[in-house]
Amino acid sequence: MSAANSIMRPRTARGRTTLNAVAVAVALVWVFPIYWMINTSLQPTSTVRVEGPAPVPLEFTPEAYLGVLADQSFWTALSMSLRVSLLAVAVALVSATLAAVALSRFRFRGRASAVVAVLVIQMIPAEALFISQFRMLSDWGLVNTVLGLSLLYVGTVMPFIVWMLKGFVDGVPADLEESAMTDGCTRFGAFARVTLPLLGPGLVSTGVFAFLVSWNEFTLALVILSSGGRVTLPVWLQGFQEGISGTDWAGVMAGSTLIAVPVLILFSIVQRRMARGMVSGAVKG
Amino acid sequence: MTIHAPTSRRPLDEAATDRPTPEPPRPSLRSRGQVLTPYLLLLVPTALVVLALGYPMIRQLVMSFQEFGFAQQFGQPPEWVGLDNYTAILSDPYFWVVTLRTLVFTAGAAGTTMVIGVALAVLMQRVAPAARTAVQIALVFAWATPVIAAVAIWKLMTDHRNGVVNDVLVGFGLTEFEGFDWLDGGAATFMLIGATVVIWASTPLVALSVFAALAQVDESMVEAAQLDGASLGRTVWSVLLPNIRPVLVLLGILQVIWDLRVFAQIYSLQQGAGSTEETNLLGTYIYHTGIGGGNYGVASALAMVMLLLLVALTWRYIRRLGKQGDLS
Repeated sequence: MSAANSIMRPRTARGRTTLNAVAVAVALVWVFPIYWMINTSLQPTSTVRVEGPAPVPLEFTPEAYLGVLADQSFWTALSMSLRVSLLAVAVALVSATLAAVALSRFRFRGRASAVVAVLVIQMIPAEALFISQFRMLSDWGLVNTVLGLSLLYVGTVMPFIVWMLKGFVDGVPADLEESAMTDGCTRFGAFARVTLPLLGPGLVSTGVFAFLVSWNEFTLALVILSSGGRVTLPVWLQGFQEGISGTDWAGVMAGSTLIAVPVLILFSIVQRRMARGMVSGAVKG
Repeated sequence: MTIHAPTSRRPLDEAATDRPTPEPPRPSLRSRGQVLTPYLLLLVPTALVVLALGYPMIRQLVMSFQEFGFAQQFGQPPEWVGLDNYTAILSDPYFWVVTLRTLVFTAGAAGTTMVIGVALAVLMQRVAPAARTAVQIALVFAWATPVIAAVAIWKLMTDHRNGVVNDVLVGFGLTEFEGFDWLDGGAATFMLIGATVVIWASTPLVALSVFAALAQVDESMVEAAQLDGASLGRTVWSVLLPNIRPVLVLLGILQVIWDLRVFAQIYSLQQGAGSTEETNLLGTYIYHTGIGGGNYGVASALAMVMLLLLVALTWRYIRRLGKQGDLS
């Protein structure tokens, strides 16, 4: 990864300094909105409302956070988000592993079409389907339920995580399983004892990815959890911004920070693997 | 490659060497697996996708040929109306305005994302490791920020009364931006903010993926080009980019798909920003027609048109996928 083309480096010292300065400037510009979010969230609500946020939180106060944490609707939304995301991840991960093993370890009639189907389905946007997804769940009495929304999330993330997991299964040599079977393991035993442990890191990354998609998702949550107070965190945050008496920006930014921080941490852990997986998939394909 | 199997964890090899087996006939996984096993494995995942996506897709196609409004929600059977929904849409000038607006938005946002993304990838290749890490961290943070939080931040930053964007612009002497209302000041500036949020969040994937791909390009080719006296721009354009074409095509397609269907950012910006009529893109138009207006038949037809538009724009890529047949 660090083996960037050394020839591509500028030759003069001044050229190097200029480029490094440009890179640092780009980093600052890109990270500025996140700084602004945290900065605003640490300032007194009243000051932010009247004068706007100061460049640095000199009047430091956790007031906005305490306000959010004292709000019952935040906790309801947090529990909704956790339940929807965890259910979706559990179901998606187990069934995607089955599919990945089938596509990676077996040669069967229709396999090529199945692989293409995975790639094509992945491109169908939820935004083009939510009308009928809403009607379907409404007919089944699953509107405003954890189960209904989770089902849609499972469908949404499935193609991509099958693709990711297939790459991870491909990476575990089939020889290992074969020798375990020589030693008397059943096919399932060989998979469970040999391949599954080696898949650990891949399963974690894939699971985190599925979790983040569900945790961040807004469109379907807005449509499916249309009435009643039980919404997920993104929909809660959207509602929070639409206060009647003008937006409480310090509070909204505190809420945003609370939602974003777990994501930033989890995401930083898995993103390297994802970017690389995407590249190797595309190059190999 | 992506999995780092620690060398210490190799119980199999040890087990295999302990036992002096006289070279047993190694059963191939392929021959031993029953013919049915892969299909059984695929059963549950396929069922879930059919339930969540396949059935709604068919249902939507059916609904697009029906009169499906509030009466149907309360149990009245839907009435077949043939192509009425489609003719209603296509003969409505507003549909064409929204479609054109969506296409312009997509071209602008996706194009800008790709250009900035590739530029940042090349930049990351050429700078010191510390500077590169700074860029990478900033990009990953922007990428990870939940979309509604991102919109909220940008709304705050472009707020007409106390927004930092206006403050900075005024600070540079552009006094006409004093109190300038980006979101309620017409479609153009609204779309500019919408596109900025989208570009800010989607450039990281492009930059980091292209950077990872560039690291795999054979150095000797770059070296040869430089020896022949090619400039940096020329080297990037004629040596580096052609070498990572598959990645660029895939990323470009993804950007088009994601930007054409954009919903959350636009919807969220629309709240409290005046009439939605002037700022709708296809995604929000479908939402306001169906979920908001209860006109599911017309909304379904609109969604089908959006899908067709997507297929038309990505057709060549999908066909190539199909032709490749057995991938890896």
